[in-house]
Amino acid sequence: MRLAEQTPVLERAAPRPTSRRGTTRRASGINRRTHPMWFMVPAFAILLVFFFLPTLYNFVYAFTDWSGFKSAINPTGLDNFTQLASDGTLFRAVRITIVYAVLVALFQNLFGFGLAVLLERDTRLNRVARIFFLVPVLMSALAVGYIFQALLKPEGSLNGLIGVIIGRTFDYAWLGDTTWSIVVVALIHAWKWMGLSMLIYLAGLKTIPEDMLEAARIDGASRWRTFWLIKSPLLAPAVTFNVATALLGSMNGFDIVQATTGGGPARTTEILNIFIYRTFGQGLFAQATAMSLVLFLLVALMAFPVIRTLRKREEIL
Amino acid sequence: MTPSQNARPRGSDARIWTRLQPFVTTALVLGVIGIPLWLVVVTAGKSQGEALDPDLSLPTRWQLLENLSKVWVDGEVPAAFLGSLLVVVPTVAGVLTFGSMAAWILARRATRLNAVLYALAISGIVLPPAVVTVVLLLRQLGLAGSAVGMIGVYLGIYMSTVIFFVTGFVRTIPTALEEAAQIDGAGPFTVFRRVVLPMLRPVLATATILICLYVWNDVFYAFFVVGGRLDTLPLNLFRVASAGLYLNNWHLIFGYVVLMSLPLVVLLAVAQRRIISGITSGAVK
Repeated sequence: MRLAEQTPVLERAAPRPTSRRGTTRRASGINRRTHPMWFMVPAFAILLVFFFLPTLYNFVYAFTDWSGFKSAINPTGLDNFTQLASDGTLFRAVRITIVYAVLVALFQNLFGFGLAVLLERDTRLNRVARIFFLVPVLMSALAVGYIFQALLKPEGSLNGLIGVIIGRTFDYAWLGDTTWSIVVVALIHAWKWMGLSMLIYLAGLKTIPEDMLEAARIDGASRWRTFWLIKSPLLAPAVTFNVATALLGSMNGFDIVQATTGGGPARTTEILNIFIYRTFGQGLFAQATAMSLVLFLLVALMAFPVIRTLRKREEIL
Repeated sequence: MTPSQNARPRGSDARIWTRLQPFVTTALVLGVIGIPLWLVVVTAGKSQGEALDPDLSLPTRWQLLENLSKVWVDGEVPAAFLGSLLVVVPTVAGVLTFGSMAAWILARRATRLNAVLYALAISGIVLPPAVVTVVLLLRQLGLAGSAVGMIGVYLGIYMSTVIFFVTGFVRTIPTALEEAAQIDGAGPFTVFRRVVLPMLRPVLATATILICLYVWNDVFYAFFVVGGRLDTLPLNLFRVASAGLYLNNWHLIFGYVVLMSLPLVVLLAVAQRRIISGITSGAVK
């Protein structure tokens, strides 16, 4: 199985092909014939047109008055940003997005890790259970949102179950609380994706060589020590991957929030993509673009330090 | 997390845990996954009156098939299914072909220029797509609201993922087979198609699963690019639900959820081995 070797999650220096002598003219001449650069043209053309160009446009149209109400587009400088900042929308949406991303990364990894440890042994029951925890991963996030909207209504099933347990009617509006709804929505997001985190942690646990654990056992290490000193360091690549994907994936989140709260109550769950979708629908294209640029910068600023620290941790351990 | 959870059956607490684990597992599956799925199925089988307040009770009379056929017509499922296929199939084919072509060269020609190109190519894994301005760009290209535009946007978003996974994979494959084919006189295209592509099968399977999932379930990008002009399953679910939340048509919403999720759940049940090993090997090689 290929799982046996732990390859890094994000770019690590390429091991140079041994058969190649590097940059002598002769070698690169052969290279050119056997591995022509034009093979990269279609992929990079697509990336250029459908990814880099729109991203560059972000940096241009965020500073204009582009809207659905008139055809002319004029530069307006920082107007979009000052307006978004002055009414508090900008910082609120950024704060909510970060809180959401951090909560999702936390919950998703806790759940995924717990499940992986619970289902580590290869029994038949565990195999079936793993498949069940994968079902939400396959379902559309929109559908997951509607399911939880129904479950968490004040007169919904969860409150019904709680009511049976505590013996009186319970009608807390899980998705209507201006403070806690964001946490509930993050929990739903984590519920949907925990199966994927579980699989990746399971793969990490499986790569730990049995003889290493055997050696630790012979040396008299307690299970607790074995876990912290042997297993957890070897799980570092899985942690890196899971934390990074959960964090960045939820910053791009939309469907679950849209289907459960739609950004409410009182816009307390309005993450950046919800704002972008809403303002775009209202024809305020420039504002939507400005927020899209903010999201881009936020993710870019967050992604590189997160990945670097996690990778560094991986190397130390 | 108690340490005993990782234990071999030694020591007394480990033995207790081994006994207890099946019960904990069953309870978790039933509670955490079972209850939400149960809610979907029973609600999809109820009449509108009974489904007004969706709960876990059984319907007094099962009318699942009637509800599904109503959703089939009202939610325009056949059109949406075709629309989804129309977008997913070319996206996956294109992103795998072009992505692995580029990844092969990036992995085999380790020059400084290629290091820069590689970094650029995989930046899309992290950076969010510019979803607003891509609409403007598509208008300028005359692709706004079309399936082609939608496919292009998805190709642009997921190209990075494929290049990242495939480049990493190619680096672990020895060059000997390629060289053998080259000595036999095969050109780069033949080498790629006959030698490289077959070796990439495991990583391409993983990428196929992930990208199918993302594109099949995507509603956010579809809103911006084709919203209202092409039906896909998630877009139609949103339409049914937006009308339904107002009318309280929970039985129809969950009927749609059943119809939409069933193909994927059946696929998981049939091909679970491949899917599970595919996803895990893709992430932590």
